[in-house]
Amino acid sequence: MRNSEFGMRNWKRLGLLALLVACLLLTGCHGPVKKEAFSVPSALDESRTYEISFWAKTESNVTQANLYKDAIAAFEKLYPNIRVNLKLYTDYGRIYQDVITNIATNSTPNVCITYPDHIATYLTGNNCVVPLDALMADRNYGLAGSKVRFDGPSRREMIPQFLSECVLDGQQYALPYMRSTEVCYVNKTYVERLGYTLPEVLTWDFVWEVSEAALAKDENGRYLVNGQPTMIPFIYKSTDNMMIQLLRQMEAGYSTPGGEVLIFNDDTRSVLKTVAAHVKSGAFSTFKISSYPANWLNAGQCIFAVDSTAGSTWMGSEAPLIDIAEESMVDFETAVMMVPQVNPEQPQMISQGPSMCLFNKDDPQEVLASWLFMQYLLTNEVQIAYAGTEGYVPVTAKAQESAEYRDYLARRGEDNELHYAVKLDATELLIDHVADTFVTPVFNGSASLRDASGQMIEEVAKSVRRKKTIDDAYIDDLYAKMVNLYRLDQNETGEDAALRKDLGPLPGTAVALLAGLAAVWLGILVYAAAEQLKQRRRAGK
Amino acid sequence: MKKFVAMLLALLLMGCFAVAEEAPAAKVMTYAEYVAAELETEVVVDCYVQATQSWYYNSKVGSGVITVYAADKDGAYFLYEMICSEEDAARLVPGTKIRVTGYKGEWSGEVEIMDATFEFDTYVAEPVDVTAFLGTDELIGYQNQLAVFKGLTVEKIEYKNGEPGDDIYVTVSLNGASYDFCVERYLTGPETEVYATVGALNVGDVVDVTGFVYWYNGVNTHITAVTPAAK
Repeated sequence: MRNSEFGMRNWKRLGLLALLVACLLLTGCHGPVKKEAFSVPSALDESRTYEISFWAKTESNVTQANLYKDAIAAFEKLYPNIRVNLKLYTDYGRIYQDVITNIATNSTPNVCITYPDHIATYLTGNNCVVPLDALMADRNYGLAGSKVRFDGPSRREMIPQFLSECVLDGQQYALPYMRSTEVCYVNKTYVERLGYTLPEVLTWDFVWEVSEAALAKDENGRYLVNGQPTMIPFIYKSTDNMMIQLLRQMEAGYSTPGGEVLIFNDDTRSVLKTVAAHVKSGAFSTFKISSYPANWLNAGQCIFAVDSTAGSTWMGSEAPLIDIAEESMVDFETAVMMVPQVNPEQPQMISQGPSMCLFNKDDPQEVLASWLFMQYLLTNEVQIAYAGTEGYVPVTAKAQESAEYRDYLARRGEDNELHYAVKLDATELLIDHVADTFVTPVFNGSASLRDASGQMIEEVAKSVRRKKTIDDAYIDDLYAKMVNLYRLDQNETGEDAALRKDLGPLPGTAVALLAGLAAVWLGILVYAAAEQLKQRRRAGK
Repeated sequence: MKKFVAMLLALLLMGCFAVAEEAPAAKVMTYAEYVAAELETEVVVDCYVQATQSWYYNSKVGSGVITVYAADKDGAYFLYEMICSEEDAARLVPGTKIRVTGYKGEWSGEVEIMDATFEFDTYVAEPVDVTAFLGTDELIGYQNQLAVFKGLTVEKIEYKNGEPGDDIYVTVSLNGASYDFCVERYLTGPETEVYATVGALNVGDVVDVTGFVYWYNGVNTHITAVTPAAK
């Protein structure tokens, strides 16, 4: 009898334990699906057809969109059994959010243009992003592999610095696609009209001084330098980059390689106070507040416009792409210079530009097909053509050193289209200063830190315009707000939260499965209860 | 010492209230007032959604955002990347009235409301006690309002067509006068609690009746709730 009772208790305990385990397992079901790690197939199965998706970004530049389409057509000619579906975006942020959403639903693209900061977040979906080391080294299908049907670059022909920017946790999780940096497009005519001479390297002190000088007005309220009622002497497109580069140049804290956040320091505080002072005077504004720097520069209403080299075709009196009425354009000489520096002897500028990552799929053959397409985007045909659409630099030495590319650079100023002088000046500036570029540490949460760095400048600028006082108390509050908003005091970043937040309702199949499991457990419990009742009755007799 | 600490705390508390009172809710502006407002000043407007751009999670602001084209009868507004949850975004259908608080800004010539938050502009009426007006000419002044009549005595309960399923006619009395009320099946049908409650009333029950002061050749309140009269 005792043994029998003991056995019943054990059954109950086991049942409860099983129920608990089931509950724990089920709560973990609806998240990013954990995939098997990818391993390179020995051969591409060419008896099959593959349909892969490629998400890319263009700069509102139809030439870039057409170039992607041309590249896909050329690739599909080489690989008739691989079909590439292109989805174009005009904003990296939207790609990022869409990828995050699609990780949760297991519907990521195959190949995606992205930034390493973003990949660090994608990696939170286990085995979601394919590490490329094995693929790159594969004798048959790797870089310049024997079975690759196009003349792509070998590993040695990739620019090492650009390649290293895509290494996360010791693994190559992306390949660079294009590289750019920020430059300052200067209205040299106005600088000289104000009585200044451009130095060889712009300094922050010089830019602030000239910007303040440009605010002088005549008795009718028109600015002396341009004779117009409007002038914002200094406009910065990416305030993220502004803060990051300033802190780097000041040798101030930003983050450690491991992800410790150091940005909330006194150097940042001094940057914010400087920004506040120049917003208050009217000498400085940002893209978010005042729109594209190029439009103001071209209208003669801005003197220092900081933007990417990838925005160079919009800059200057003869710009091939314009976004304002032609009658608003003014004539001036454009100088393309490094972004302002703290120490002109040791210039530092950010390395940026799109990279490519490969998403894992259940079918390794599909991944291999995607990898071939990704690799195709590194061929000279694509690299040189795409670099020519803006002030981009090819990421392979194979392209940079090719006769075709050298000829392209040598023809600076021959026309205002492909050989537009400002664009080629911006391109050459990066090529000449690759050694002066840097990237920020990449970790899960680095995208949030980047967001916070720019947002602080934006918040200060907006607050000044809204007549708020920027003092230490304000900045203390701002720091706390940023920490909270971007979860910079936690391992869990804003993106992680979004990843879970955007999971959406459970799919119908999952609901059915859960309902089925619940029904089974209910049945077990009812059966166990009935058995117990029977035993009690028997014992009572 | 205890008294001193208590007084100090009381003063602090009063100070808190005083500070809170210094920041009254911003006044809702007319379109003309909005147009006249300076750039970079806070604005509050009531408007109706006309169309929306797609909602998305903006990691820069750490929230979902949606851009809305809105209007009132006098003019229109562009609500740029207004903070909005995905659930609320689904409710921003054309015609929806919202109250928006943000800053008036300009971007490339586009005057817009930025850094905005919003709330759905809803109003749910509280019932007005009109017991004292029952049987007077003043009651019609409350026509269509949600009202409560207290201490009514049930005189008769009658189903239209003789059985449950259709309207219920309710005769109640107060101070010797009788009044006809109604459970309107298209407002509160047989599946509702009030329908069952009224169906179970007995002659002589004293109840408080809530409903809309409908008129059908005289007061004929459409009942929404019945509770035993408070003693």
